[in-house]
Amino acid sequence: MIGESLAALWTGFGVALEPANLFWSFFGVVVGNLIGVLPGMGPISAISMLLPLTYGLHPVPAILMLAGIFYGSQYGGAIGAILLNLPCHPPHAVTCLDGYPLTQKGKSGVALGITMLCSFFAASVGIIVMILASPLLVRVAYLFGPPEIFSIMLLGLVAGGTMSRGSPLKGIAMTIIGMLVGIVGADALTGTERFTFGITNLDDGVELVALALGVFGVGEFLRNVNHMAEIVAPIRMRLRDMRPSRADLREAFLPMLRGTAIGTLFGAMPGTGPTITTFIAYALEKRLSKHPEQFGHGALAGVAAPEAASHSKTQVDFIPTMSLGIPGDPVMALILGALMIQGIQPGPMLITQHPDLFWGLVASFWIGNVLLVVLNVPLIGLWVRLLRVPYRLLFPSALFFIAVGVYSTQNNLFLIWEVLAFGIIGAIFSALDFPVAPIMLGFVLGPMVEDNFRRSLLLSHGHLGVFLQRPISAVFIVATALLVLAQIVLRLRAPRTVAQPTTA
Amino acid sequence: MTGRTFNVRDLMAGTLMLLLGVGAAFQSRQYRIGTLSHMGPGFFPLCLGVLLAFIGAAILLQALRPALSHAPFTFRAEWRGWFCILAGLGSFGLLGEFAGILPATFATVFISALGDRDNTLASAFAIAAVMTLICFVVFWWLLQVQLPLVHWG
Repeated sequence: MIGESLAALWTGFGVALEPANLFWSFFGVVVGNLIGVLPGMGPISAISMLLPLTYGLHPVPAILMLAGIFYGSQYGGAIGAILLNLPCHPPHAVTCLDGYPLTQKGKSGVALGITMLCSFFAASVGIIVMILASPLLVRVAYLFGPPEIFSIMLLGLVAGGTMSRGSPLKGIAMTIIGMLVGIVGADALTGTERFTFGITNLDDGVELVALALGVFGVGEFLRNVNHMAEIVAPIRMRLRDMRPSRADLREAFLPMLRGTAIGTLFGAMPGTGPTITTFIAYALEKRLSKHPEQFGHGALAGVAAPEAASHSKTQVDFIPTMSLGIPGDPVMALILGALMIQGIQPGPMLITQHPDLFWGLVASFWIGNVLLVVLNVPLIGLWVRLLRVPYRLLFPSALFFIAVGVYSTQNNLFLIWEVLAFGIIGAIFSALDFPVAPIMLGFVLGPMVEDNFRRSLLLSHGHLGVFLQRPISAVFIVATALLVLAQIVLRLRAPRTVAQPTTA
Repeated sequence: MTGRTFNVRDLMAGTLMLLLGVGAAFQSRQYRIGTLSHMGPGFFPLCLGVLLAFIGAAILLQALRPALSHAPFTFRAEWRGWFCILAGLGSFGLLGEFAGILPATFATVFISALGDRDNTLASAFAIAAVMTLICFVVFWWLLQVQLPLVHWG
């Protein structure tokens, strides 16, 4: 079976190395890295802004490019986190804890070098896990009927809502809001128009890109305008500074391995956000370290472990996304949405029906990560300069890209108003301290959850017990119940003191 | 008051969710609900609405439980920034329809740039001009966006 995978992977490399595909992968990595470096722009804004560009492409180059944008922007975000203490992508909040103190100590180059090494290593491990696990998962996936899919999605939604950050109740509320937004439009089974309020432009539902750009783009601008600290610290970075010394490597090696292991473990679990993964990796390092007092004051282990965890998780996350159609976090939800726009239904059939796409993607991950290293070594100076683009020039330009990008998804100016509305809604939710990321998860999964729920109960003639009678489904339902229970117990046992101010 | 305050932010958050949930549930009742074995289009949204209302109520109850102190509800109104960003985006929708993509681009960037207190008229004009040029070369000429460059009405 592994032999088959390796043969398929070989073909995959053939696909990924075709000049056109290679070009789009490269383009994605460069542009993703570029946008990820810009202050205030994370992978979600990068992907949703560039999503319209992929509509004209074939599915294979389109998805290769999106994956490239994804890890490019993720790496770009780490640069801002380490050099400026600016986490644009929530998982990097952890990287800031020790990355920025390292910068203050004048060791930013080493921190970036270690980050690069760790992400490359962790991504490679994640890719190997993908190769080994995918065929297994395909076999399992054939056992999945509507009740099983409903149950695992329920687990994903609950996990995604409760484990992102902040209050679990608020996370679940946002997940439900996302699902309600997903309901807008004509019902798939009966054609009844739901929540359209007579607006014909809403018959086909809310546009994924408009929702993402509204909530994460415009919403962020509304929150940040005139509140963004001007960046003054002059940063100089040379290639030589990035090479870690032997002692640095020794210090970072074991944390990197442990971080990778944690990321791999959590990647396979649907719904566990990348933020929680990096926090766990960081906490574990702090517990295991001989010098826990160094954490928060520039410990290399505190950069290595969470970065490794987030990159291996990212890779492994593609397994449930592609083979079960269940995204692990909002970014994956966006990629899943892009696949569906291309007419590809993720699920157990994907690997057998579109082997070129799946294995090409796996191969391109590795190629993309090599490109990332090759690119970042010479270009680091340029990225550092980009970091200093002032926000006052950045957001008006980004607003234009958002407007033209969302227009070109459907050649319809109505989408501008959708973005505007979701921008206001997103800003209000953020101001009330709701985590907005679960909205995407709910929006993408909502229609599938409804569909599978209705079908399960149609097959079982209205018996809700069907979800517990089928063993695989029962496991997921029990896991969901345990998760909810654990959250309640933790909540009740936690000392009620000052409400923690949450970090963005 | 002895320093025991309600969590104002969560009070509003809970109320908002409660209202949205009730609203969604009521709206769903306009569609056929059906039975468990044959669900109508209203069934699932009704469940979601009710669930959301309950969660909103739970958030509300938690906020009403007075704690010793809360993270203060800091909220700085930023009317100029908000207005300019929304007006900038809105002008793309309007001018794109009635005047073409170049005026729309210029207006979007110019108006939203004025929302930042550090921008002057001149710097806003400069960035708008640059973006308009980028729009012309990249989006109209290379990517062939389906909007006319300049037209009227």
